[in-house]
Formats: sequence, structure tokens, C-alpha cells
Amino acid sequence: MKPALFKYHDPDSLDEALALIGTLDEARVLAGGQSLMPMMNFRFVQPDHLIDLNRIAELSGIAIENGAIRIRAMTRQRDIEFSAEVARHCPILQAALLHVGHRQTRNRGTIGGSLCHLDPSAELVNCISVHDGARIEVRSRRGRRDLALTEFAAGFMTHSLAPDEIVTGVTLPLWGADHGYAFAECARRKGDFAVTAVAALIALDRGGRIARAAISVGGVTACPVRQAAAEQLLVGQEPDAEAWRAAAASLAFNNPLSDAYITAEYRLHLAEVLVRRALAAAADKAKQRRADA
Amino acid sequence: MPDMRRISVRVNGKDYDREVETRLTLVDFLRHELRLTGTHVGCEHGVCGACTVLVDGISVRSCLMLAVQANGKSLETVEGLAPDARSLNPLQTAFWENHGLQCGFCTPGVLMTLTEHLRAHPDSTEAEIRDVLSGNICRCTGYEGIVAAALQAARLMRGEAAQPRGHA
Repeated sequence: MKPALFKYHDPDSLDEALALIGTLDEARVLAGGQSLMPMMNFRFVQPDHLIDLNRIAELSGIAIENGAIRIRAMTRQRDIEFSAEVARHCPILQAALLHVGHRQTRNRGTIGGSLCHLDPSAELVNCISVHDGARIEVRSRRGRRDLALTEFAAGFMTHSLAPDEIVTGVTLPLWGADHGYAFAECARRKGDFAVTAVAALIALDRGGRIARAAISVGGVTACPVRQAAAEQLLVGQEPDAEAWRAAAASLAFNNPLSDAYITAEYRLHLAEVLVRRALAAAADKAKQRRADA
Repeated sequence: MPDMRRISVRVNGKDYDREVETRLTLVDFLRHELRLTGTHVGCEHGVCGACTVLVDGISVRSCLMLAVQANGKSLETVEGLAPDARSLNPLQTAFWENHGLQCGFCTPGVLMTLTEHLRAHPDSTEAEIRDVLSGNICRCTGYEGIVAAALQAARLMRGEAAQPRGHA
């Protein structure tokens, strides 16, 4: 099908975009278009006004500042995938992106678009979740707010932004030069939405024990969830199969999703298996990066 | 009232200037306004890859872009691949020789995906080619002929002699 009628706006500055979204009724913001365009083609979404952000240069870019990586909202998945800065400082994003759609969709899709669409399985949202202190930068004509993912996500595929607000960027605190990382997921076909996906980060101490661990599981609940109990359990442990089993056995979820294709039970099973795999791979990566340093 | 915009695009080296409805997708613009019907419309929701074209050298789903978003850009479509009306380029030749297509519906998209990929990676491996092809659905070939064609085209583009047919 074809999109229903709308009035198209393509501002070239953020101020202009904020003025438009602050004054127009029934407006939608168009980022990379890899989710909104299909929904408009299907006429699931019929905005009166479409505000296209693609000409706003100030909304794109990746920078390392104050021990964090800041990625502006319209930065394309492709640019994150091929960024030398990301490879060096936040490589889990690239590991995750290999599971995001396909070459052609990553060429257009943006991090801000993924975040606002908020699919329960979205890999980039899971990567934001796994970083303590990650902030989502939101702007409107009224000012700026910085939100944690738990504040940003209101429910199933629903964010908490006011109608006049736009996501302008994401900031992730960095984990240091030799941290280990892994992204493990199970999807029915390559590039499909994950049934369950796990993002894991691990830092080892000088003696090789686990100093810090972060685990986020996507696809099981409406929004990726951190596994605080499992993370705590790992601190001070030897990075071995026993530790991974113990962590995977202490995962916790509220209201796991179930649908006609995939039961909650199967998602929970996958979560356990993928957490074990991701932790083992992240610890191996930490050892390898330390050896290479 | 339809919302109209005037846009200028370059397609396969030729400049076009048209007044379009802003809700018109890029693929419909190519097919209906420019009559470049080589690019196919499959699913219209970004899943099948049949409508893949290059925008400033980068592959995109042209069903998920609006024609107005292509204003000022340089596009490449399947019509631009062959050097003239009577011959094929190395990638197309390799498809011909390796049974890289059967019904041909997905082929324009597959060719554009591989054009982008092989330009950047003329030394591409089979695994990389299979990975990039995950964004194009083919219901006929089982992909074997497509992969064989891509590998042969890569060899040709690197200036190596093609393997004899059937012994790739």
C-alpha cells in the first residue's frame, strides 16, 4: 500500500524542527524510516504532518567526551557500525549491530529511530540498557531533559516523551580499555527481530577475577531488563562455567511476553542459554583484549 | 489537497526534474514518474529487498524512502549497470552464466546490493556475500547460483580470469 496524505516538513535545523513539533497537531517525526515508513505504507500510522529530520546535520555524529560516548539521534546504524571510535571505546554496539536488520536497512536506520520505536527485541536499546548511567537526551522548545532508559520506556513499544519532544542523542559511560563484551541473540532468520537477546559487559581485576559485570536481556519483556542479582553474584568470582551457570539461574523477569509463535517459557529458556554464552564470550574477550594491550 | 514538491535527481547519470506528491515513495517515483521499471516493488515494507537501489552509492530500500528525500541526490538503478543496450556488465554476465536468476523478480535488488558490496570489497569471501544477501529474498534459486555469480564477478573485477563454467 501507499502512505495516506500528509503535509511534509524537512527542517534543516533542530530549532526549526522543535518549533514544528511544538506547534503542529498529529505530527510524527521521521528518522531513518525503517520502521515508520512500513507502518505508513500499511496505513497503521497516518500522521497529518511528517517532520523529516534527515536534513539536520547537527543531529548526526559520534563523540567521546568526559569518559562517555555521545551518539546523536540521527547517526545512522551504518556509521556506528563502521566507526573507529566505537570500535575502540564501545565495541558492543558493533557486535549488536551485526544482528540489526540488513546492510540496506542499517544504511538508513538511526539510533534515535530504534530507540523511539522501542521494539522489545531492539539490539541498540539493549546496549543502552546494559550501560549504567546511560542517558537519553530529549529536547523541546521548553528545554532539555536527560532520561534513563527506565524513565524513557513507558511500556510495550511506547516511550514517555511529550508530544512536543524529540530525542536528540544518547550518552553511554565507557567501560575502560580492556573490558569484555558480547552480544548473543536467537532470531528465526538472520536479521529478523530477536526472540531473545543478551548484552553482556565484564571487567576483570588484576588477578583475573570478575570485578564488574552487566547483563541486559531483551525480547523477554516489553523493554530490556538488567539482571542485578546475577551481576552481583558474579563480582569476585572466577570467570568460569560455574559462575555463568549460577548467574543464568538467577535471572528475574516480570510478565515475560508470550504470543502465538513463541511462549514465555521458551523465551526464558533462551535467556538462560544466551546469558551463559554471552558471559563466557565477554570474559574471553576481556582476557584477549588484556593480552593484546 | 495533495502536498507537492519539485525535486531534482540524477539517475544513472541523467538529470531529472519533476513535481511530485510528498507521500510518493522513491520506488514508485522511479517506476511511475521516470518509467524506470527495472526496479521492482515487492513487499512495500522493507522486508524483501526487491526495490534496492543505490543513493549516493549506498544501498537503500526504495520503498522506505520518499521521493522528496532523494532531492539533489545521485541514484543508481539496475538500468545503469549494462554499458549499452546490447551487452551486460561483469556482474550481470556472471548471473547469466551461473543461473543466478530464475523468475527474475528479486534480481534488480540483488544486483544493486552486490554492486555496492563488490565495489567496496572486491576480495569478498563467500561468507560475506551470503551475509550481505540476507537482505534480499529470492524464492527461486536457493541462492547457490547467486553466490556463485557474485564470486565469479568478484574474480573478474579483481582482474583474475573467470573459472570455466560449472567448475567454480
